[in-house]
Formats: sequence, structure tokens, C-alpha cells
Amino acid sequence: MSDTQEINTPSFAMVRTLGMVSVICGIIIVGVYQFTLPAVNANKKLALERQVFKVLPNARKVVPYFATTGGIAVAEDTDKAPAGSVVFYAVYDAADKLAGIAAEASSSGYADQVRILYAYDVAKQAITGIGVISMRETPGIGDKILTDKAFLQNFEALDVHLSADLQGLANAVKTVKHGTKTNPWQIDAIAGATVTSKAVGRGINESAQNLLPKLVPHLDKLRNPS
Amino acid sequence: MSTPSSFDEFLDGLWKQNPIFVMVLGMCPTLAVTVSAVNAISMGLATTFVLGTSCLLVSLLRHAIPKQVRIASYIVIIATFVTVVDYAIQAISLDLYEALGAYIKLIVANCILLGRAEAHAAKNPPLPATTNAIGMGLGFTLGLFLIGCVREILGAGKLFGVALFGDHFQPWVVMVLPPGGFFVLGFWLITIAAFRHFNKKRNAQLQGAQP
Repeated sequence: MSDTQEINTPSFAMVRTLGMVSVICGIIIVGVYQFTLPAVNANKKLALERQVFKVLPNARKVVPYFATTGGIAVAEDTDKAPAGSVVFYAVYDAADKLAGIAAEASSSGYADQVRILYAYDVAKQAITGIGVISMRETPGIGDKILTDKAFLQNFEALDVHLSADLQGLANAVKTVKHGTKTNPWQIDAIAGATVTSKAVGRGINESAQNLLPKLVPHLDKLRNPS
Repeated sequence: MSTPSSFDEFLDGLWKQNPIFVMVLGMCPTLAVTVSAVNAISMGLATTFVLGTSCLLVSLLRHAIPKQVRIASYIVIIATFVTVVDYAIQAISLDLYEALGAYIKLIVANCILLGRAEAHAAKNPPLPATTNAIGMGLGFTLGLFLIGCVREILGAGKLFGVALFGDHFQPWVVMVLPPGGFFVLGFWLITIAAFRHFNKKRNAQLQGAQP
């Protein structure tokens, strides 16, 4: 294209070209989005179930719910849960009995948000397992929250029972310095990975304080869903 | 690739003008996602796909796009195919999607792409443009793969997720941290530059020996 041609390019031609490019690109994007949507959703569901099965090994079925101050309801689409509600997953075993509750907790760690999934045991009123959904903590240091056996022992039965008025936890979950855990609601931090350990504790505390008061009064609905 | 010239176009990016080792472009994903061989290959192939398709479209539209709005058009085209790859990877594997993170979306800002569209695809017919772009993409993939292998072997004691050493192996954690990316990239740049240097010297000697 020579210089004279450049100067003579009419504005209409430029607008038309950009419009044409946008239309082509728009069609491609929408087409691919529609085409991949079922696979993406199936993948998300599978990934969630895999996480849930990790924290609740005898799980067979996972039903998403959301809890508000008014009660709980099955969530058809967890992305469209009403504002202010908390999403959780009711997990059933092979005999269709309630095996536990799984919910997400997140808090900022050393590098980025640490997102974990924890299992809540209804009978014990305790957290019985955690799994990581996503984190970008330093490899070899922060990511020990997944592998450190002593740390994971904290979550064999982390006490989260509610206070008598059902407004919050009787004892806030707290991460304490390595080797100073004395109560079942405390988390013994990993030495050298305190920031990540604290993020786990803070995330669980926030999520449990928010979810359990809304959930516990309605547990019967989960036990007999029909 | 039927004619020798288009094969040359293809080899250009793979070796002679390798985007990582010769042109030193696209350093952001090069350093960020090469903690494992699988991540490196996936990132490379995603970039190759975006390169190939966007250069094809740019080349097809090269007569229709006025010079004044070319950058805007190229960026829209590149962004489209990056979005396509983004959805495709989500559909293939969420684990991979998590591992590559923001770097898939950042392909759009990879200077190899706009560079290819502007310097090559906008001036050439679809076949050579696409061939050249795919060659560049595979050259990029090769570069990422070489870095990813070294970092995964040393940083995790694994290759493609398979443990190579016994339990006594103590991983070099630094290799999976950002500095490790610089170390390994530097190592490969030196190795390849040295190889080229000796090759050139030998060729010169051979030519000198022959009257």
C-alpha cells in the first residue's frame, strides 16, 4: 500500500473493516463458547466431585445447596445463588444417608487466595478433612498444607460446634504457633509456613461462622430431602 | 510444505529464528509456566494454535484491512483465538487450566503473535503465512519444552509426572520458583549460542579448506 493510498482510505472503509472483523470474531467466540459449554460444565462438576470424594471418602452423591438466613434450598446453578447466601454441598453415601457437608473456604495466603474445601461432620459437629481447590503458595513451603501429616491431623476432628444461641461458633477456629495447640478448635501451624496455615484457619473460621448458623437448624431437611 | 520454500518458512521459526532462543520473545510465559514439561507443551501448543489461526485470518483479510486500523484488527483477531483456546482448555482439563492460570489469557499480549501478524502474515498469502506461524509456534513449544523438562527433573524429580529418582531425591525447590526459570533459560541460551558459534566456525573452516 503506497502513501497516497493510505491518505485516501475513506473513514467508512475503516469502520466497515473493523465492523467486519468484529462480526467474524464475535461469531467465532460465541460458537466456540456454545460448543464447549457442556464439556466445561461437566468438567467443573467432575472436579468438584473429585474434591468432595477426597474429603469425604464414602461419598456417592453430591447435591449443591445454598443457605440464607431464611433457610436452605437446592441450588440448580451454584453460580446463580442469591446474593448473601452461602453455597454448600450435601454429600450422601451409598445407602443415601447424609454422609456430611462439604463447603468452600478461602482466605488470602502468601501468594494468592488459598481456596480449600472442608468436610463437616454433622454428628461430631467437627471438620473432618480438608482439600485444596486452588492455591499458588510457594512450592515446598506453603503447599505443605496438603502433605504435612502433622498439619493434616488438625483436621481429623477440628471442633466447630455452635454456641448455645446458634448465632456463631462456640469457639472461633484459630491457627496457633507450631507446637502450642491445646484445644480441639485450634490449628497447629506448620513451622515455616505460618502464613499459609493461618490462611487455612482464617478461611475455615469465616466460612463456618457464616454457614453453620444458617445450616444447622435445617439439617433435618438434608437428612430427608424428599 | 510441498515446495522447498514453504518448508524453509516452517524451519525458520523452529530453529533459525527460534522465538525463545534466537529472538528472545515471549519471555513472560517462558519463565512463568515452564515448571513442568506438560505445562510447557500445553502452553506451547495453545500459542501455536493461536498463531496459526490468527495468521491465517490476518493473511486472508490482508487486502481488506486498511493500514490505519491494522493493529486494532490484528489484536481483535488474536484475542478471539485466545478466547477460543481458553474455552477449549477449560473443556479439556480444568487441572491444566488452573496450572496455566492467567497465562492463557496473556497469550494475547505475547509479542510473537502481533510480530508474526504484522511482519509476515500481513504481507504473505495464507499458505506461507500459516506455515511460518506454525513453525514459529512449534519453535516456541520446543523452547518451552526444553526449559520445562530441566525444571521439572531438577525441581520435582519427575518428568511428565513420573518420578525418576527414589525417595532419597531432594528436589531443588529453586528450580520451580521464578529464579529457576531464569537459570534454566540462561543455561539454554548459552548452550545454543555456543553450539551455533562452533558450527559457524567449523563451516568457515571447511569452506576455507576447500579452494
